[in-house]
Amino acid sequence: MSAISRLKYGSPNRFEVLSWYFMRISGAVLLLVAVLHLLIMHVWYGVDAIDYRFVVGRWASPVVQVYDLALLLFAITHGVNGTRWVIDDYVHSRGWNLTLKSALYVLALVFVLMGATVIFTFDPGTSETALNAVAAALTR
Amino acid sequence: MASAVASIWQGITYRGKDGHYAWLLHRAGGLGIVLFLFLHILDIFLVGVGEEIFEFFLFIYHSAPAKVFVMALLFGVFFHAFNGVRIILVDFWPDKFSNLKMQRTLFRLVILVTLIFFIPTAIITVAPIFGVELALSQFFGG
Repeated sequence: MSAISRLKYGSPNRFEVLSWYFMRISGAVLLLVAVLHLLIMHVWYGVDAIDYRFVVGRWASPVVQVYDLALLLFAITHGVNGTRWVIDDYVHSRGWNLTLKSALYVLALVFVLMGATVIFTFDPGTSETALNAVAAALTR
Repeated sequence: MASAVASIWQGITYRGKDGHYAWLLHRAGGLGIVLFLFLHILDIFLVGVGEEIFEFFLFIYHSAPAKVFVMALLFGVFFHAFNGVRIILVDFWPDKFSNLKMQRTLFRLVILVTLIFFIPTAIITVAPIFGVELALSQFFGG
């Protein structure tokens, strides 16, 4: 029975059916958003053009901020769900399965917060923070 | 864990031709892309930490070995993207696309489109190693 008819006629595991749909929908979105991001960065500008000022200039535009947030959210949810499938496929020991997936979810949550924070709270004028001072001392 | 190793090994060595290679590349590529995604979020987070530390770690991305790594990443993303389209077609329109002949045609089409995107992008990526800058913006004033 296909996943489509499972959703139509009811399924013992609705979450997995929705997860199956989500991968196809987010995949279609990423086909545009991630591939375009890659072409802009690697074909149009080139990686060597990227430095601190380049990123500052990009995030001056709210359109780029929203674009980057969409890319972050779709990429991480699609990637985490895919990794969850891979863990379920290979790791059958209940303890290991739970441990790996818990670590994955915690890591993903922390990284989404890190990414979203830097996109929206970043201000080059006030970047002289305590962390920055430590970083400067380390790299001097 | 022994069963995990056994099933991974079976997944690699099963000789299923097109469909198996597509599945294997999709899975291995997907895992590689996720790993890079975490690394990429980490390096972009450094922009918020400070200019010095962000630019300090940039040397990694601007180095020659990194460009080879980026080429693998580019191939992985393009293949995963276009193979994903094949999966959507086969899953949502099985009457049209799930017969063996069509599956084979679709797989070859995926490889073709992946290469059409990958080859020029890869050339632009490695050119700076040889002192040539090919990024398009400099030709069209970006």
